[in-house]
Amino acid sequence: MIEADSLVRRFGDVVAVDRLSLTVDRGEVYGFLGPNGAGKSTTVRILCTLLAPTEGTARVAGFDVVDQASEVRVRIGVALQESALDGKQTGRELLDLQARLYGLRGATLQRRLDAVIGLADIGNAIDRQIGTYSGGMRRRLDLAAALVHDPQILFLDEPTTGLDPPTRTKVWAEVRRLQREHGATIFLTTQYLEEADALCDRVAIVDQGTLAIEGTPSELKRRVGRDLVVVELAGDTTGATTGATAGATDAVADLAGVDDVRITDRTLVVATANGAGLVGPVAVRLAEKAFDVASLTVRTPTLDDVFLEATGHRLRDDGTITEEVTR
Amino acid sequence: MNTPTLARPAGFAADVASIARRALRSLWREPEFLGPALFFPMFFYVINIGSLQDVAERIPGVDYKAFQVPVAIVFAVTGVSRATVLVLDVQQGYLDKMLVTPVRRTALLLGMMVADIVLVFTLSVLVVAMGLIAGVRFETGVLGLLVFLLIASAWGMAFTGIPYAVALRTGNPAAVNSSFLLFFPFLFFTSAFVPREAMTGWLGGLAAWNPVTYLLDGLRSLISVGWEPGDIFGAIAAAAGIAVVTFWLAFSALRSRVAGPA
Repeated sequence: MIEADSLVRRFGDVVAVDRLSLTVDRGEVYGFLGPNGAGKSTTVRILCTLLAPTEGTARVAGFDVVDQASEVRVRIGVALQESALDGKQTGRELLDLQARLYGLRGATLQRRLDAVIGLADIGNAIDRQIGTYSGGMRRRLDLAAALVHDPQILFLDEPTTGLDPPTRTKVWAEVRRLQREHGATIFLTTQYLEEADALCDRVAIVDQGTLAIEGTPSELKRRVGRDLVVVELAGDTTGATTGATAGATDAVADLAGVDDVRITDRTLVVATANGAGLVGPVAVRLAEKAFDVASLTVRTPTLDDVFLEATGHRLRDDGTITEEVTR
Repeated sequence: MNTPTLARPAGFAADVASIARRALRSLWREPEFLGPALFFPMFFYVINIGSLQDVAERIPGVDYKAFQVPVAIVFAVTGVSRATVLVLDVQQGYLDKMLVTPVRRTALLLGMMVADIVLVFTLSVLVVAMGLIAGVRFETGVLGLLVFLLIASAWGMAFTGIPYAVALRTGNPAAVNSSFLLFFPFLFFTSAFVPREAMTGWLGGLAAWNPVTYLLDGLRSLISVGWEPGDIFGAIAAAAGIAVVTFWLAFSALRSRVAGPA
């Protein structure tokens, strides 16, 4: 349903999207995960026909996003970041305008308005000016506006950024419902690892305009290793990660069964096929080398670990990333 | 691959109507907008007449109250537009929300301009009403009054291209608000305050090149002289000439905004 082939988008000297290729299948929820400035929104804007690529091509629903933009536009629904809506219109007026711009008329128009007003679920506020809405209400209205013409392909650019957890959960439920009941294909950008993990059939991690890694969440996690031994180092927290922690990586790297070792701040993460078996040897080795261990646990990998593996950074919830992590 | 869809392009006229409906609504919801648009022309009308009437009417044949009505109109209608709304659409991203629909791009601007027509025509009517109350009468009668309103509105429309161009090029509300400053040289290097015959050398020379001079001459002749085809044609040509330039600026700004520079 969505195919991008070597997309490049430059703004002056800045390369926002760099030879990015991807394919999204019908009915799939595809997560585009990355930090702020990774090129997520630029990619969405190209796929939604709002921005022409500098190089490369993209097809949505089988139509070229540049040469057949009109054909693409009637087939997609788009909710862009920050829910930019005109505060002087009421919710109903905004939905009505959006529906008319999609060429809906008469009974069809009314039926779709009723459907999406029910979906927005903001009660009487639908007849109040949007300027009076809360962030969550705006987001729901924005999503309703994106669905007014019942599109089969949806682009949601950071649909939950800035929302409180209960509202975020509601948006997730809505995305799942759209996929399940309508078979919609959903392209979703996010900076939240848990969101990508919870919602997406496949996840692409995008870093500096390129696709770092792509796969189902479980595939991606398997790539990191089956188990992770996580060691929190105690002691002098003012010291940088340099001397002390680099030593910790070396200390355990040659143990039998260790697939990979990484460290961020004071957290040492050891990837292995057998976590339970490796906890003892890691503890002993660190004690021998006089490292002060605050805690030691075994867990399965998360998308956070995948992100680290793919990009060398950790992704924070505010969409920023940590400094490059020592391997 | 070809997915069935409810949506289709609504067509040019329907798009203009949809956008115009929203623009008119926004106008209706900002009645405070009318305040300054009416205050300034009325203020200057009263001040100009109070200070200059006696001097100006020493020139034979000048009825200064009538002479100043076109100036008040030009003050009222020049530079008012829904560009103030459009620039917020650009800045806040609502324009993108409309651009992802199959709406005809030119309809986005033309729909706004429909609301502008309503606004400038209303302002013209109110200013002319003020003139009538002050005792001004039209030599050309009711039909002349109507032609007067249409030319004044056409001028107001012609000038809207500038704030729209600024809105689309900059996306900056402050820049749009300042764009009416462009109008000052147009208004002041002209026969706004005294007839051209009474103007001194350099200003008279500049006024001869200023389209506002021909606009004012045409409007004045409808009030004070009668049906003078040359004057009326001059006024229409002035509005049309400005419109060609400013609409070109506005629509080329729209094109570059919606295409997204590659």
